[in-house]
Amino acid sequence: MPLNLLKFALSKAHPEPAMFTPRDRLKPSYDAVIIGAGGHGLAAAYYLARDYGMTNVAVLEKGYLGGGNTGRNTTIIRSNYLTPEGVKFYDESVRLWQDLSQEFDLNLFYSNRGHFTLAHTDASLRTMRWRAEVNKHFGIASELVGPEEIQKACPQMDVSCGGKAPVLGALYHAPGSIARHDAVAWGYGRGADQRGVEIHQQTEVFGIQTKAGKVTGVQTSKGEIATEKVLCAVAGSTPRLLHGLGLRSPLYIHPLQAMVSEPMKPWLDPIIVSGSLHVYVSQTARGELVMGASLDPYELHSTRSTLDFVEGLCAHMLELFPFLSHVKIVRQWAGMADMTPDFAPIMGKTEIEGFYLDAGWGTWGFKATPICGKTMAYTLVHDRNHDLIQDFSLDRFKTFALVGEKGAASVGH
Amino acid sequence: MKIMTCPINGPRPITEFAYGGEVRPMPDPNTVDDATWAAYIYNRNSIPGIKQEWWCHVPSNTWFIAERNTLTDEILRTYLYAEAQEGVA
Ligand SMILES: Cc1cc2nc3c(=O)[nH]c(=O)nc-3n(C[C@H](O)[C@H](O)[C@H](O)COP(=O)(O)OP(=O)(O)OC[C@H]3O[C@@H](n4cnc5c(N)ncnc54)[C@H](O)[C@@H]3O)c2cc1C
Repeated sequence: MPLNLLKFALSKAHPEPAMFTPRDRLKPSYDAVIIGAGGHGLAAAYYLARDYGMTNVAVLEKGYLGGGNTGRNTTIIRSNYLTPEGVKFYDESVRLWQDLSQEFDLNLFYSNRGHFTLAHTDASLRTMRWRAEVNKHFGIASELVGPEEIQKACPQMDVSCGGKAPVLGALYHAPGSIARHDAVAWGYGRGADQRGVEIHQQTEVFGIQTKAGKVTGVQTSKGEIATEKVLCAVAGSTPRLLHGLGLRSPLYIHPLQAMVSEPMKPWLDPIIVSGSLHVYVSQTARGELVMGASLDPYELHSTRSTLDFVEGLCAHMLELFPFLSHVKIVRQWAGMADMTPDFAPIMGKTEIEGFYLDAGWGTWGFKATPICGKTMAYTLVHDRNHDLIQDFSLDRFKTFALVGEKGAASVGH
Repeated sequence: MKIMTCPINGPRPITEFAYGGEVRPMPDPNTVDDATWAAYIYNRNSIPGIKQEWWCHVPSNTWFIAERNTLTDEILRTYLYAEAQEGVA
């Protein structure tokens, strides 16, 4: 049997089709150029091709497809945010997620688990209640639950937290889900590729050329190309590209780290988040615990990992789950989070004609991948901000019209 | 463990320090126009490179300036604000 298996693997009778068309040279011009082959850039490419028939498009990626924050995040998908702007936007995204595996014919391991945000203080309980009411007003399943309900969904948790900071309740969000992040990038990438979009990996953009306030082309590590429309979806590298255009922004870049444990039998069904303990955790289909904490405390443009992070997060994990004391951590990593002062993204048109931004997604942008792709494709084609992103423009910082989204992850509140 | 040198207390673990952001000149709030003020409040220079930053050694509440490379996380120099002023003079 193993020999047969080996023969099968080596035979050319059932070749696995390549996911992407290998690309060699850039064309001299494209109708649009997308910088960054993360989930956001690829989703925009996909919807441009699928919904608007715009296929003379290049996606340029300096590293490898999905190798940025898309392939580094802890994959939590939810829509129980705090502001009406945020709730509407993320809810639409959650709706899109549910059909994606079918649409791509690719298993995204989209897994609906339910999501508990624990409250350890009266103040956070109050915020939870506020969030639940805003959510319900928009028809989103979101409610405040007590320690008994939490214990029922997760019997392994020590809700007394060793007596230190007992869990008083939680915001429960039934639609909370996780998905396989790489597959999301592959699915959107393959869908775009099959429709004729060119994805060029190992191709770095050095700058965007303009003339009289309009985009005319981009300079890349493989030469110059002409285009009148550029979508910039480069997460932690956004300030560098903006700088070349003379645009200023409030983005600040801090690393966000994460880690996984060795695989275990399935025991943790829901996603558990504690803002006070700086812990979020879920168990993957492979049995590993995927864990994240809060943003690194200072600016850094690098994806280095630290031991402090692992020590701190393990200590808090053990407060909630003391029985894990013998479980090993097997991997850790970091991504560069592009943070904004109001925890809302920066999206849409800019003062440079033909230059569109999808950035400021910091610690919370994986869940928004489908809706960002959709709204950015619309915005690029119509040269008009999609209704759902009106409140997210870069201009809001000139007019003091901030969003105030305190429902974001990995931020103290 | 990463070490930072407090100008008063010497080398200490980085966890004892709090980051206070880049040193930036503040425009005069009485005379500045709204656009310049908004830009001062919100915008940041998030290009990697060597920057002067405010840091605080928390246990002793000592605020000082660090020169740090934000690409490599290398701390080049730390000194008190008063010394920085002398340097300029
Ligand atoms: C540890 C961690 C945990 C997270 N957890 C969650 C979570 O649970 N839920 C959630 O919703 N969000 C989470 N996020 C946030 C989420 O990962 C991001 O907001 C989202 O993936 C951003 O996707 P993107 O496509 O915009 O960026 P990226 O995936 O980072 O893609 C940008 C791409 O641009 C490329 N690039 C950069 N500069 C250039 C250039 N000059 N030329 C060409 N290419 C360039 C990069 O190589 C990269 O591949 C987390 C982030 C991190 C780091």
